[in-house]
Amino acid sequence: MTPLLEVSNLSRVYDVRRGAWPFGRRATLHAVDGVSFELAAGRTLGLVGESGCGKTTTAKLVLGLVPPSGGEVRVAGESLPEIGSPSWRALRRRMQMVYQDPLGALDRRLSVGRQVMEPLAIHGLGKAAERRDKALAMLDAVGLAPHHFDRFPHELSGGQRQRIVLARALMLDPQLLVCDEPISALDVSIQAQVVNLLLALQQRLGLAYLFISHDLRMVRQVSHEVAVMYLGRIVERGDPDQLFSAPAHPYTQALVSAIPTHIRHKRRRLVLPGEPPNPVDRPAGCAFHPRCRHAIARCRVETPELRTLADGRRAACHLAGQIG
Amino acid sequence: MLRYLAGRLLRAVLTIFLVVTFAFFVLHLSGDPAMMILSADAPPESIKAFREAWGLDRPLWVQYAAYIVHALQGDLGNSMRDGRPAMQLVLERVPATLAITVPAFALKLLIGIPAGIYAALHRNSLADRLTMMVSVAGFTVPSFVLALVLVLVFSVQLGWLPSAGSDQSTSAILPIVTLGVAGAAILARFTRSAMLEVLGQPYIRAASAKGLQWRKVVVEHALPNAAIPTTTIVGFMVGTLIAGAVVVESVFAWPGIGRLLVSAVSNRDLAVVQAILLLVAATMVTANIVVDIAYGWLDPRLRRGGKSDR
Amino acid sequence: MGESGCGKSVTWLAALGLLGSRARIGGEVRLEGRDLVGAPVAELERVRGRRIAMIFQDPSSSLNPVHRIGRQLGEALRLHRGLDGTAAEAEARRLLDRVHIADAQRRLGDYPHELSGGMNQRVMIAMALAGQPDLLVADEPTTALDATVQAQILELLGEIRRDSGMALVLISHDLGVVAENTDRVCVMYAGRVVEDAPIDTVFEAPAHPYTRGLLAALPELDGPRRVLTPIAGVVPDPWNLPTGCSFAPRCDRRIEACESAPPMPTEKAADHRVACIRA
Repeated sequence: MTPLLEVSNLSRVYDVRRGAWPFGRRATLHAVDGVSFELAAGRTLGLVGESGCGKTTTAKLVLGLVPPSGGEVRVAGESLPEIGSPSWRALRRRMQMVYQDPLGALDRRLSVGRQVMEPLAIHGLGKAAERRDKALAMLDAVGLAPHHFDRFPHELSGGQRQRIVLARALMLDPQLLVCDEPISALDVSIQAQVVNLLLALQQRLGLAYLFISHDLRMVRQVSHEVAVMYLGRIVERGDPDQLFSAPAHPYTQALVSAIPTHIRHKRRRLVLPGEPPNPVDRPAGCAFHPRCRHAIARCRVETPELRTLADGRRAACHLAGQIG
Repeated sequence: MLRYLAGRLLRAVLTIFLVVTFAFFVLHLSGDPAMMILSADAPPESIKAFREAWGLDRPLWVQYAAYIVHALQGDLGNSMRDGRPAMQLVLERVPATLAITVPAFALKLLIGIPAGIYAALHRNSLADRLTMMVSVAGFTVPSFVLALVLVLVFSVQLGWLPSAGSDQSTSAILPIVTLGVAGAAILARFTRSAMLEVLGQPYIRAASAKGLQWRKVVVEHALPNAAIPTTTIVGFMVGTLIAGAVVVESVFAWPGIGRLLVSAVSNRDLAVVQAILLLVAATMVTANIVVDIAYGWLDPRLRRGGKSDR
Repeated sequence: MGESGCGKSVTWLAALGLLGSRARIGGEVRLEGRDLVGAPVAELERVRGRRIAMIFQDPSSSLNPVHRIGRQLGEALRLHRGLDGTAAEAEARRLLDRVHIADAQRRLGDYPHELSGGMNQRVMIAMALAGQPDLLVADEPTTALDATVQAQILELLGEIRRDSGMALVLISHDLGVVAENTDRVCVMYAGRVVEDAPIDTVFEAPAHPYTRGLLAALPELDGPRRVLTPIAGVVPDPWNLPTGCSFAPRCDRRIEACESAPPMPTEKAADHRVACIRA
């Protein structure tokens, strides 16, 4: 069966100037570099990594919000049409985005109902009464009451706003939701509400999610597969339980170890030296080698490809399988 | 840095050139100087002779080309009214204008900035509200109204100060105050909001948490940051030193650039109007460059490119 | 520990008199017997930075953007230790070394925007150490930072605390951060401490329904995946608190008495206080 979403060797570079104009020199920033993955209908791929690792750029590339510099995005077997073309617009109905900041994604001056009905209006679908009925049904589906229809975003809580964003995204019956840090702006006690809602909607509507987050625990909770990014490349991909309990790539190991948990508390932390370098200064060979305690000479010159390990997961490390 | 300055200068020259060109065409297409200077019922022969003498009978683009060529050689033409070089006429008036605009500028800074800082530091206090009320009044009341009120009070009622002219040592006081009050009001508002913005920043609280006295927090941490946005408006005020007093000069019959401009426009004395506009554009553009350089000096974020420029 | 808006930062800002003149502060804050609430400003200024230092959530905007790192460190050293000139510079360099900033000499001449968030937080810690305080209040010190950098900063804070004997108050919304880096925890909800106990007690035998709710709502990184149990409803607005227990409207163990008056903290076990009549 063709996967819903196929991303192969996707790249995006930006020309940037280091330093303030006109002193700086030009440089190339590899925001996303040779990323490949598949996502089947009804499944969730979690994309994790630290700021600047390229997760958000990947999301934009998948939706065709920015054109790729190389590689390809295929949706249901067909490549992504040219951005802005009618067929792209038609395809965009099947893929929607959910952002981190629900208040920023909503228009403060419009009532909740108007905003939820908006996608139908934009695409010229249905009569007024039908749009209203569908919007009410969708509010119900995301756990809001009919009286929220006439409210305004500022009258609602953060969790309710994110539900509205979800309801609006679902109005066009998409098959794929790209969720970029969908719960990061929410309070801890509210996050679980939204995560549970996402899981319930997936079960009921057969949605696929590309779930981008820095919160490894939430990613594990929702994902069927997880991809870890570092400086524009996927360094490890696999089953979430396996990947988080026994990470194969040294970066994943450090990342997992860095997540404080109240369960294994007072354990030894594996603290990485240094900070993620500026993507413009990406080290040669394996980009992670300057911070890696296992690095060997080969890591400095040869960029490791993502390869399948004995246990079925994939890691981009020359030493994967030998360290842990 | 040199490349930056060169670029800035090139843009400045271009701006001035555009102003001159625009003014040239607007002025030449909007009325006949011959009619204005000789009066409309002058005999056709003398109008013809006047036009030939000033080259107004040639095609517009030829006049323009000639004007630019002369201007590049430093010759901005002569006044059609008394035949003297236009630039000389204009420059003669500069000291008179500066005599009121420079003290007024000082007044703006000395009243506006402290008032704004004080209001911000005592936000919502009676003093703050009073300052802001005066400030709103200061910049909503048009300057000619303020001028007339001042004349009414200090010249007519109290008889302390002359109402117009430039023949007495006290003549400059009312024009200076009129200009200064309006500018101080604007500056006070601007400084206040810049200060409030800065006082809300985390580094102000962090500086207090460090144990620094509030006075030092304000002087060493808040003021240098609030100076950055305030520079914009102060720079703009520097730019208006030459031409910002048109109304006030007219009301008080002050013999400066502003009055010269008014009379030159109504007389269609093209060369003089052009010369004034050139001077005004040059001061504005210079003030802008100075502001930009001051920004770099005040704000290190603009000075060097960050290493954290993700 | 607590969610945004629960009053965890405000508590410490109030204690140090940093809330501005419009805040009305009641109760008392005792530092070696002296009450800081209502103390003269000059006395508070002697406490701030020298007895109790504070670092904040957003390190990059907690440093003044127009002054060099060296100048900002020097200011603290002059203030608290009377150091000037070369002595101050040498000490500033030593402090940057102490917080593991490489190439300290060069960093002293840098501006905050030239450093990463993690580096700026190290600078903030160095600045806090300048006053050799007895207590460091770290207000969400790693929330704005990436996971691996967060681990470095927490490691550094722990190391300094062990070496200097300084006490640490760690303000955080992250249960994991609290669990791994503290000995005891006060859980706050809607402006009040609802539970106060040694760290193991809180995570192994939480007594307040809110604490329990938080633990049930959080996924884990290993072990079997379970369905999360969210806390229903939302945090009440601070200007519109319920008359009784603030958590009552969201609580599944609520009884009528919960809505009459806010519950007082009571000793549930030795060293374990809970503000809940049902606990």
